[in-house]
Amino acid sequence: MTPSGLAARVRSALVDAGKAALVAFGLFILMVGLRTDVAPAGELFLRTRWAEVGMLCALVFGLRLATALWVRPRLSEGNTQRSAALLSQAGLMFGPALLAVALILPFVPGIGRYELDLGILVLTYIMLGWGLNIVVGLAGLLDLGYVAFYAVGAYSYALLAQFFGLSFWICLPLAGILAAFWGVLLGFPVLRLRGDYLAIVTLAFGEIIRIVLLNWVELTGGPNGISGIPRPTFFGLPFSMGGGPGSFAHFFGIEPSPSHRVIFLYYLILGLALLTNWVAVRIRRQPIGRAWEALREDEVACRALGIDITNTKLTAFALGAMFAGFAGAFFATRQAFISPESFTFIESAIILAIVVLGGLGSQVGIAVAAIVMIGGFELFRDLDEYRMLVFGGAMVAIMVLRPRGLVGSRAPSVVLGGRKRIDASLVGEGRG
Amino acid sequence: MAQTMLEVDNLATGYGAVQALKGVSLHVDKGEIVTLIGANGAGKSTLLMSICGEPRARAGRVLLDGEDITARPTHEIMRGGVAQSPEGRRIFPRMSVLENLVMGAQAAGQDPATQLPRVYDLFPRLKERQAQRGGTLSGGEQQMLAIGRALMSRPRLLLLDEPSLGLAPLISRQIFAAIRALNESEGLTVLLVEQNANQALRLAHRGYVLVTGRITMSGSGAELLARPEIRDAYLGGSH
Repeated sequence: MTPSGLAARVRSALVDAGKAALVAFGLFILMVGLRTDVAPAGELFLRTRWAEVGMLCALVFGLRLATALWVRPRLSEGNTQRSAALLSQAGLMFGPALLAVALILPFVPGIGRYELDLGILVLTYIMLGWGLNIVVGLAGLLDLGYVAFYAVGAYSYALLAQFFGLSFWICLPLAGILAAFWGVLLGFPVLRLRGDYLAIVTLAFGEIIRIVLLNWVELTGGPNGISGIPRPTFFGLPFSMGGGPGSFAHFFGIEPSPSHRVIFLYYLILGLALLTNWVAVRIRRQPIGRAWEALREDEVACRALGIDITNTKLTAFALGAMFAGFAGAFFATRQAFISPESFTFIESAIILAIVVLGGLGSQVGIAVAAIVMIGGFELFRDLDEYRMLVFGGAMVAIMVLRPRGLVGSRAPSVVLGGRKRIDASLVGEGRG
Repeated sequence: MAQTMLEVDNLATGYGAVQALKGVSLHVDKGEIVTLIGANGAGKSTLLMSICGEPRARAGRVLLDGEDITARPTHEIMRGGVAQSPEGRRIFPRMSVLENLVMGAQAAGQDPATQLPRVYDLFPRLKERQAQRGGTLSGGEQQMLAIGRALMSRPRLLLLDEPSLGLAPLISRQIFAAIRALNESEGLTVLLVEQNANQALRLAHRGYVLVTGRITMSGSGAELLARPEIRDAYLGGSH
């Protein structure tokens, strides 16, 4: 590069960073610079924090300059294409490797109760991510109220167990069916909606479910939630501490241990997540899966080809909701206590973030995104309130560096002869 | 007397308060290429869409092989022997060429494996590009894909909405030649909507002129081409 070209680039980068710092100054002057505090005498007074404002503006300036000088030129040099190709290659081996680690995790030395609990949490989100991916990634229907189906599943199990004494294994399919039913119920009014409008209605739907759960005190216990939800049994054998006759430990002739149940829960959610994955991968190659993808691409063209839009959309909603229902039933039996607080909008947002960060439509990408988001969030627990900052920064970084998600490539579902991946650079960025 | 494939009888429809078609009657015989020409906003695309049931007819009837399909759901009409290559092509950009074609056969219940060779014979270019993403094709190739996708359902009646839109003259001539070949070899019935009146009328057996929701003229392609008012209004006089 010529010296004059370099100078021009540095100059434009400086101007750009200066503008960003100016915007930051405008924002932080009120948000950070001025603060009302209570004086010892009880009256309010205005405290100024100009040093912090200066530091933040300098930080924004520096980071923006660094992005303009180093990150963006690299992006334009086709590095993303190469790294995407490399990643999709690695992805072919990465998935099975990840699965192998997941399968032996409970028996790895040094993995204790805390790590397994975290593993269960991550797997729950992977399952929810894969379920939502059917709706958002494949069918292209932006659903911001996915957590509602998770709640329906959880409350279905809790109430069926409480009122009818049904066991977990009977309730699990029932919870899925009920959630799927609610998925269809949501699907009908939104059949004609797309993009932003669909997002708003699904968002409202999620809130309606939560508020109904909160206010229907006689049935759901309202804000107190439902406690004492039966723990799962090993196909009828309970995990009791006493190890009496008929318990899991007694049946297999082993020492009773509290970790049995955790390990069982871990494999249970692993199995459920793998079921979700299997169904999603299989169905993508079926006519209905192709119809979903075509629907995401162009609804008018789908109509012109004789695809029944109503059925196609409703099955996507129903199937996605069903897996959320399974996950909800699992959540209820694992926690033994549920309340509407577990099903707020932020949950929907996290699941959607996992799907988008992972790369819409990519199974492995979603698993990695869930591990990074949920696991990473735990990893930075020591940072207290700053972990939200780290978290937000990481999300921005991923979206700047990989705007189509971690795995942005798409494999065609129909091929003649050799399989050829569609490169990430050829895949349009996510549309609402 | 040739057998009537499509009969549109006094069809009226619109969007909200806007009346787009004000009683249109036309017919397409079996094995015929019929073209519909008209200016922007005359209602050409609306007519094709309305034959498929979207927007629904407010008055009048649509008959396919003598059967009333006016009230039938769109997806049933499209499975029952009608195929449309919609305006603006509307291929699936992120799906491969092959996937696009398979989508055409799927809903109509046709076996993609038996229909593919037909389409690839007609448009060998699509075979070369079958693994490529639809959105990476050139405009002409995308139009071939849109027509090929419509043909995958093995239609009795093919509706084509402005196949020459945005294409170089050479490419649009290729597309028109392919339509003629289809008609001659398979006896496929085609209803074609075009702004490119010159080429369309040369291709078609008969033509209709649509002006603000009404048919104002009809006749054989050669007849219409010879009419001075057509020359002035649609051919720009210079062709």
